[in-house]
Amino acid sequence: MGKYGWTLPVAASSYAGKIDFGIWLIHAAMLGIFVLWGAFFIYLLVKFRARPGHNAVREDHDDTPAHISVPDSISKFPFAQMLYKNKGELKSLIPDMVIMTFEVALIVFYAIPVWSSIKSSVPDTKDPVRVEVVAEQFGWSVHYAGPDGKLGPRKMELTHFSNPIGLDLAHPDSADDVVMGNEMRLPVDKTVLIDLLSKDVIHSFFIPEFRLKQDAVPGLSIPMWVTPNKTGKYEITCAQLCGFAHSLMRGDVFVMTQAEYDAWYQSRLATKPASAQPTNPAEAF
Amino acid sequence: MAHDNHGHHELSFTERYVFSVDHKVIGLQYLITSFLFLLVGFALMGLMRWQLAFPGSPIPFFGHLFPADLAPNGVMSGEFYNSLGAMHGTIMVFLGVVPLAVGAYGNYVLPLQIGAPDMAFPRMNMMSYWTYLPGGLLMLSSFLMPGGAAQSGWTSYPPLSIINPGQTVWLLSMVILITSSLLGAINFLVTTINMRAPGMSLWRMPVFCWAQFVTSVLLLLAFPPLEAASVLQLMDRVFHTSFYLPKDLVILGKAYAGSGGGQPLLWQHLFWFLAHPEVYVLVLPPMGIVAEIIANNTRKPLHGYKTMVFSMIAIGVMSFMVWAHHMFISGMSASLSNFFLVTTMIISVPSVALMTCLVFSLKGGSIRFNVPMLFALAFIPLFAIGGLTGLPLGLTVTDIYLHDTYYVIGHFHFVVVSGSIIALMGGTYYWFPKWYGRKMNDKLGLIHFWGSVITMCGIFGPMLFMGLGGASRRLYDPTAQLHNLPVQGWNVVATYSAYLLALFQIPFIYNFFNSMWRGEKTPENPWQATTLEWACPSPPPHGNFEKTPTVYRGPYEYSVPGRKTDFWMQTDKN
Ligand code: HEM
Ligand SMILES: [Cu+2]
Ligand SMILES: [Cu+2]
Repeated sequence: MGKYGWTLPVAASSYAGKIDFGIWLIHAAMLGIFVLWGAFFIYLLVKFRARPGHNAVREDHDDTPAHISVPDSISKFPFAQMLYKNKGELKSLIPDMVIMTFEVALIVFYAIPVWSSIKSSVPDTKDPVRVEVVAEQFGWSVHYAGPDGKLGPRKMELTHFSNPIGLDLAHPDSADDVVMGNEMRLPVDKTVLIDLLSKDVIHSFFIPEFRLKQDAVPGLSIPMWVTPNKTGKYEITCAQLCGFAHSLMRGDVFVMTQAEYDAWYQSRLATKPASAQPTNPAEAF
Repeated sequence: MAHDNHGHHELSFTERYVFSVDHKVIGLQYLITSFLFLLVGFALMGLMRWQLAFPGSPIPFFGHLFPADLAPNGVMSGEFYNSLGAMHGTIMVFLGVVPLAVGAYGNYVLPLQIGAPDMAFPRMNMMSYWTYLPGGLLMLSSFLMPGGAAQSGWTSYPPLSIINPGQTVWLLSMVILITSSLLGAINFLVTTINMRAPGMSLWRMPVFCWAQFVTSVLLLLAFPPLEAASVLQLMDRVFHTSFYLPKDLVILGKAYAGSGGGQPLLWQHLFWFLAHPEVYVLVLPPMGIVAEIIANNTRKPLHGYKTMVFSMIAIGVMSFMVWAHHMFISGMSASLSNFFLVTTMIISVPSVALMTCLVFSLKGGSIRFNVPMLFALAFIPLFAIGGLTGLPLGLTVTDIYLHDTYYVIGHFHFVVVSGSIIALMGGTYYWFPKWYGRKMNDKLGLIHFWGSVITMCGIFGPMLFMGLGGASRRLYDPTAQLHNLPVQGWNVVATYSAYLLALFQIPFIYNFFNSMWRGEKTPENPWQATTLEWACPSPPPHGNFEKTPTVYRGPYEYSVPGRKTDFWMQTDKN
């Protein structure tokens, strides 16, 4: 297979590496924490097992608040005093503080910046590919804006078996639009701007190789973007329960060179009948 | 109540065992009922696991028992799979673990540990059980109704939940079950606040009581929003209001006849506002049990009793501010996610503190490895796996990939199964002598323990790999997607482990009922414990204590230097 395995599948988008970095870093940390604690845990179990001649010892009596005398230097600061008096208990918070520091660093230097770059902003690109993905039970319609960069408008009343997204074919913006069912073709190394919609229930647009996942919510048009950076064939799946055939709701993504992509697009346009009959993604059912 | 305190008139069988107002009987009713519901939820999963491991092949033995629309030719249908999944989650959470942790253990042990003769409102306590049971039976009965049981996951996200069959009964039973939990929660709070024995100050309460107290606050504050949200969803279904439905829905090619104007995400916010605190409801009482068992079997005070209590309170407060970490990619504002990212990392601090205290409590002890202690000790590393795997899910960026994959399923089952349920089973071994004056068999206990722990890892460990490989949850046929094929073998491992886990529950069930009548008789305080539940006869009579006990010291005075015995009960004057 190669592409897929027991851990993360092949990384095929510009931000996949950043997400993988986080996943592996955290797993390394988790493993470290687990092994260290585990070793300590086992050590305690062995060392303090009940056996003849061994008695439990309560923690150092001198450590309890009533027995700690506070140094003069902090006698004026009640809060510092309280901390000092409880130092016995507070010591156990040291591992916690270490983990917390790690988490704060993750948030500040990793999570917030990377999240913002993926979800709250779009990279500067001139002439991106513009696509609209419309989910329904149980398929995806991929609606390309075409060379004019404008998506033709959709009208609910026009929705028909032969026009699953209700594209207004009479509108000039629709002239160079193409609608595909359960298939997405993209040029490599070019940013794609996608609006994600749903006609019926909530679905989730998931391309594991791109590390791209976003719920499609009826009533909302949710913007997202991705820059595929490896040619090949990948998989679109639905990650949110959407009905009895949820597991069959899948599609293919083909990432191709710009030239191949242009040729493909022209061929689709050429075969587009005057009344434009887009493929219906739900046909399979 | 007043009546009960005067001479003990003979109670009829029904008054004593069925409509009893005695917290101990109600506790045991809850115990048996919720263990049965756990079994039912597990059986549903047994069927699903067959389909997951061997998609499209007929279910052996049982396949042909189902009506043809659910399992044509013995092969489970997609609708049936979804029903089983939704009911598994719902039954396990709302009918299994919560009633077991709170209704059973809380009810039986909390009044004893604070030295109370009963709950503050015994009749309300009875009502709480008698609302829970019909609610649960109603939930189960939905399998028999036209259209079958709910199919939209235990999370019931609209619009799916509104157009799918089965959901109406689900919503009705949820409303009933929530009512039952609210009755219980109020009772626990009032009992803890008002019914403590003289000398039992808050800071002398065992950790288990604190855990029940915080849990009750969570239930009381988190459930009402879900109750309201469920009623709204019910209206959307029954009266075609559109609280959760936007306009212009087209369902399977047909325009949906609803007014529109609603918001599907509204449900998710209300649902998770309950369901995140609910996670702590599943976890805090078992942690309390672990703390009791560890203090008792290390023969020394817990390390950081106050740190533990403050941590639980902090978790309680913070748990109301993290709900939307389940919604990072739901379509809600991306910048809002940053807020929930930060609160999620904050709540991990007290959680780690609790675990640290449990581990440090072992230090300096004289550790007895009896059966309850084994369960309590296993809780620590297994729950830690659950907690650690929560980290990449709570972090926005990594959750993009891991959300809604099997990684999530693995994560929370480590928390809830090899964490909570392991602890709850440990609690059974620990308090069994209290309930019946007899002890459960150790050999059978060991078989049950090792069998369960190992098979649990065999079920949930593989799920973490499947999730990393990108396998989504709730897939009727995982092999329909190419990227799932390399991890399909793990599904087979998980399925066989689940069946073995089922086998290893047989010694437990046998041991339980056999020991009830034939177990070795135990003295009043068999574990040589310090807390109040061991300062009255086993099983305690109606009213619990012969005379109101007085409490002289904190809960875990073990190995006090200069004393003859290594435990100093809270009720011993000197
Ligand atoms: C001990 C045996 C258990 C096994 C083998 C098991 C297995 C599973 C599996 C495989 C799934 C995923 C189903 C799917 O993706 O279609 C699942 C879902 C779930 N489980 Fe369990 N589980 C067990 C116990 C529990 C317990 C004790 C709880 C809760 C207290 C629980 C709560 C849930 C929930 C909430 C879901 C999600 C349901 C949904 O998708 O709506 N499980 N379980
Ligand atoms: Cu789906
Ligand atoms: Cu949560």
